[in-house]
Amino acid sequence: MSIDKDTARKVAHLARIAVKDEDLPALAGELSAVLAFMEQLNEVDVEGVEPMTSVTPMRLKRRVDQVTDGGIQAQVLKNAPDAREGFFAVPKVVE
Amino acid sequence: MSELNNLTIAEARDALRKGETSATDLTMACLTAIDAADGLNAFVHKTPTLALEQARAADARLKAGDAPAMCGIPLGIKDLFCTKGVPSQAASNILSGFKPEYESTVTSKLFDAGAVMLGKLNMDEFAMGSSNETSCYGNAVNPWRRQGSNVALTPGGSSGGSASAVAADLCLAATGTDTGGSIRQPAAFTGITGIKPTYGRVSRWGIVAFASSLDQAGPMTKTVRDAAIMLQAMAGHDPKDSTSADLAVPDFEAALTGDIRGRRIGIPREYRMDGMPDEIEALWKRGTEMMRDAGAEIVDISLPHTKYALPAYYVVAPAEASSNLARYDGVRYGHRAKLAQGDGITEMYEKTRAEGFGHEVQRRVMIGTYVLSAGFYDAYYNRARKVRALIKRDFETVFAEGIDAILTPATPSAAFGLGEMADADPIAMYLNDVFTVTVNLAGLPGVAVPAGLDAQGLPLGLQLIGRPWEEGDLLNHAYVLERAAGFVSKPGKWW
Repeated sequence: MSIDKDTARKVAHLARIAVKDEDLPALAGELSAVLAFMEQLNEVDVEGVEPMTSVTPMRLKRRVDQVTDGGIQAQVLKNAPDAREGFFAVPKVVE
Repeated sequence: MSELNNLTIAEARDALRKGETSATDLTMACLTAIDAADGLNAFVHKTPTLALEQARAADARLKAGDAPAMCGIPLGIKDLFCTKGVPSQAASNILSGFKPEYESTVTSKLFDAGAVMLGKLNMDEFAMGSSNETSCYGNAVNPWRRQGSNVALTPGGSSGGSASAVAADLCLAATGTDTGGSIRQPAAFTGITGIKPTYGRVSRWGIVAFASSLDQAGPMTKTVRDAAIMLQAMAGHDPKDSTSADLAVPDFEAALTGDIRGRRIGIPREYRMDGMPDEIEALWKRGTEMMRDAGAEIVDISLPHTKYALPAYYVVAPAEASSNLARYDGVRYGHRAKLAQGDGITEMYEKTRAEGFGHEVQRRVMIGTYVLSAGFYDAYYNRARKVRALIKRDFETVFAEGIDAILTPATPSAAFGLGEMADADPIAMYLNDVFTVTVNLAGLPGVAVPAGLDAQGLPLGLQLIGRPWEEGDLLNHAYVLERAAGFVSKPGKWW
């Protein structure tokens, strides 16, 4: 599978990474090369094989449904690039 | 006593307990060595004030007779570990300025045991790389050089700063993390020991996530005994990591009996790659002889899906990375791009991520996005997960047939020059992990042990792969190999 410029643009947008138009052909080439490498996987007979979901066979533990912490608003916001009045601030989302 | 920073953990532990030295003196020796080693670019955030505070506390514990093995031992910590109040950037600009409000489980456990943190260590950005060249801090440099050459070599990656710092005696040991070989490959490139434990042995909580089903932290040390001691302090169940195994941690150091008589060592024929350098082949053969001489039985084994491990890895790891790295959006921490008039939230995400992520990280996030996108999920991601199941089954089969450990080369070459791979395609760089990546896919423990020097005087390592949860037994095999190889070379000091 080879990736063209339009697919590269679409993937970049899905990944929310701005890529300049003039950089798209090079990106498409790089992505195609990596995908070509992955094509080898088509040689493997995977009929009847379950896709691995967990590398060690273990059940996820359940915990008691209760509040274990909270009241740490200042800590939560401490590293925010823009925090105002106890909230994360972002550009306007809704018109 | 030689210079204090040259000590192993075991030597320092014994000297501290006997009162022959103090944690403060050890720490001072390391801090002095670090300040004289800026040319290696291994330590990227130094924490001398914290280190001396921790050292004084350790000295008090030692005096009170309450001293676990790691008490007073000065360590370097990979930048991937969140350390409270100390920059933790995963070597990425997108986390510039980030100082966690919490401590990772591994560093908490080490500090509870009395260990001292000297600072944060260089690495590839988000642990994505095999040469430490994707770091936002610039390259870490290998203390080793080719004979008669002053070309700067890579310490490997992604735990390149950890490897460089331990090999240059800037610290007694360091933490590393390993997603496809990031502990074992740099350990091999710098003549030190590094173990990736069984998946689930060490908590991942507070370690910046790359590929959650593959990531595992481990120690990078000067000796196998030190690896046993430090792994002991890092390992154990953690309710905060749902994949952390609720299993008792055995005494790893006590497992180092040096006796492997009658044990069965598998030599996988698929690891004999086309174009493998003669020196690697010869080293592997010597390692095999050492195990045989120690009384082990050598068995030819087959791991038929080995060839597909790298392509499977380069589907699974980027897929998980694209999901894990979605959190870097410029809202909660780290970098946010300056916005133009009229930019909305989508522009904020896209500009922030374009500015904050380096080239290799962007590429892997986009590959991951692609293989997870509608229409390709089955063809790439699900197929890779099926191949992964087959790779794991290969190992289960040989272990069920009575194999105790598997011996392979650690890397396909010795350390290469920084910049040497700049024009190569990404796949050439990915091939560094050809011998190590199978172990992550199968969740097994693997250890790299220095075993010799190449013709240019650079260290080469061998890898031993063990049964799940049998790190003690694996380390005992490594201990036998270490003693037989008798690797004592150190890099000549030029920095």
